[in-house]
Amino acid sequence: MSESLIGGLVIFVLATFLGAALIGRVPPTLHTPLMSGANAISGITIVGSLLIAGAGLGWISTVLGFLAVVFAMINVIGGYVVTGRMLLMFKKEEKR
Amino acid sequence: MSRATEQLVYLVAAVLFIIGLQRLQSPATARGGNALSGVGMLIAIVATLLVGNIISPTVIAAGLLVGSGIGYWMARTVRMTSMPQMVALLNGSGGAASLLVGGAEFLKSELVGEQIPIDTGITIQLTLLIGAVTLTGSIIAWAKLQEVMTGKPIVFPGQKTVSALLFLAVVGLSVYQLMTVDALLWPFYAVCVISLLLGVLLVIPIGGADMPVVISLLNSYSGIAAAMTGFVIDNSVLIIAGALVGSSGIILSKIMCKAMNRSLANVLFGAFGAAGPKGSAKSAAGLSVRSVTPEDAAIQLAYAQNVVVIPGYGMAVAQAQHAVREIQELIEKRGGEVKYAIHPVAGRMPGHMNVLLAEANVPYDKLREMDDINPEMDRCDVAVVIGANDVVNPGARTDTSSPIYGMPIINADHAKSIIVLKRSMAAGFAGIENELFYNPKTSMLFGDAKQSLTKVISEIKQL
Repeated sequence: MSESLIGGLVIFVLATFLGAALIGRVPPTLHTPLMSGANAISGITIVGSLLIAGAGLGWISTVLGFLAVVFAMINVIGGYVVTGRMLLMFKKEEKR
Repeated sequence: MSRATEQLVYLVAAVLFIIGLQRLQSPATARGGNALSGVGMLIAIVATLLVGNIISPTVIAAGLLVGSGIGYWMARTVRMTSMPQMVALLNGSGGAASLLVGGAEFLKSELVGEQIPIDTGITIQLTLLIGAVTLTGSIIAWAKLQEVMTGKPIVFPGQKTVSALLFLAVVGLSVYQLMTVDALLWPFYAVCVISLLLGVLLVIPIGGADMPVVISLLNSYSGIAAAMTGFVIDNSVLIIAGALVGSSGIILSKIMCKAMNRSLANVLFGAFGAAGPKGSAKSAAGLSVRSVTPEDAAIQLAYAQNVVVIPGYGMAVAQAQHAVREIQELIEKRGGEVKYAIHPVAGRMPGHMNVLLAEANVPYDKLREMDDINPEMDRCDVAVVIGANDVVNPGARTDTSSPIYGMPIINADHAKSIIVLKRSMAAGFAGIENELFYNPKTSMLFGDAKQSLTKVISEIKQL
């Protein structure tokens, strides 16, 4: 196995534990925005999609890359915008 | 930008994702966190465009425009009640993107006759499998939530065996693909097709009420698929971001399962609710329910000091959240207090009820978790159950023959009186009788929740 795979595995495992520690502290009232926000983050595949779409490696790769960019951006923009929209609605009781 | 600078910029993006998630610990900081996370994404995208070997910028520009347009339109137009469907679609598009990137990476090497190193090969196969399962699984989850297809579990004899065999076929084909020296395309296509089929088979046997678990799990898969893509293209920001999302989904699934006192395996393979109405030990025969008019309910609520509202999926279906808030304000004006008791699996996704009530301008500090409110239920004058059923079924505490036995419930029956808003006496999702409805303290207000509440509102106003 290559060193980059091992390095990646180390990062993956540590980040998984970090994620668990972070998410465990999110209150249940925010679980829906948490999911849509996490969704937006998983749109990070946009990085891979852009590299494929822009590489100019013949039409199959370009079509696949184009579609990948479209789906990843739906995930990114859809996720962040809808999360922002929901979070805007969460209000504390007004002190009268 | 050098390779080192590029890595550092991606690290900044990853840190922003982490801080963004951290800020979700409180509704007060969550918005800023979401924005920071978005900035991280922007940085990652810009860095990729600057550093990557971009030969066809028009393709990229077109893709960015189309994807952003669709995503923005979906996010602006979706109704809060349809949020589970929205999240299902977002999960699915994440899976699709990973599947496409994995596929393109594979084809790129195969078509130019380049030998794929074994570790990249393994991660490509994993990306294809997880990405495809996430894609079709999410589409089925969407269809069930949208009621395009039945929300009841779809089961056929030997289903688990078929799924297991298909999974083994994927593993076998992947190994064959990795071992063979020739550039073969058919095992690749076969892996994609079978994985897509697996996604369908894994979700069809799961019933509508178990959707919170499925959505969380698919959320996790979409993260893991992104992390696998990170291994394929050797990029750590994808691995970090993907792992964060992966563990978030797993944690949420665990919370949901715990709230139903069932194992993940039972949710995924148990086909809960498939058998139709199950004979509970306590039959409804000989018991009678007391039905009340909106006038009676209005009088009860108007003079109550301590009211607890227990919402369920029915409130979402009836779009009754705004009417609920109006009643809350009327009661408060008359000096009473109103709280909301939220069961972890109320609704079709984690936190579904909270978002609906937030939409209706209910302050989030009025929303209480199950464990928090249960000790106070004895002091509650009126518990108002709106479109919830199994989560208030006392049978879960006592009736060992009940399918939901052992599931933690909100103690609506401990309240001094109970008003249940329900369309009809039809059994709940799991087809279980609910003895709460036959409790002498319970009055049933039949009809559409929103219409009933609107009548109650005008009655309270006249008092």
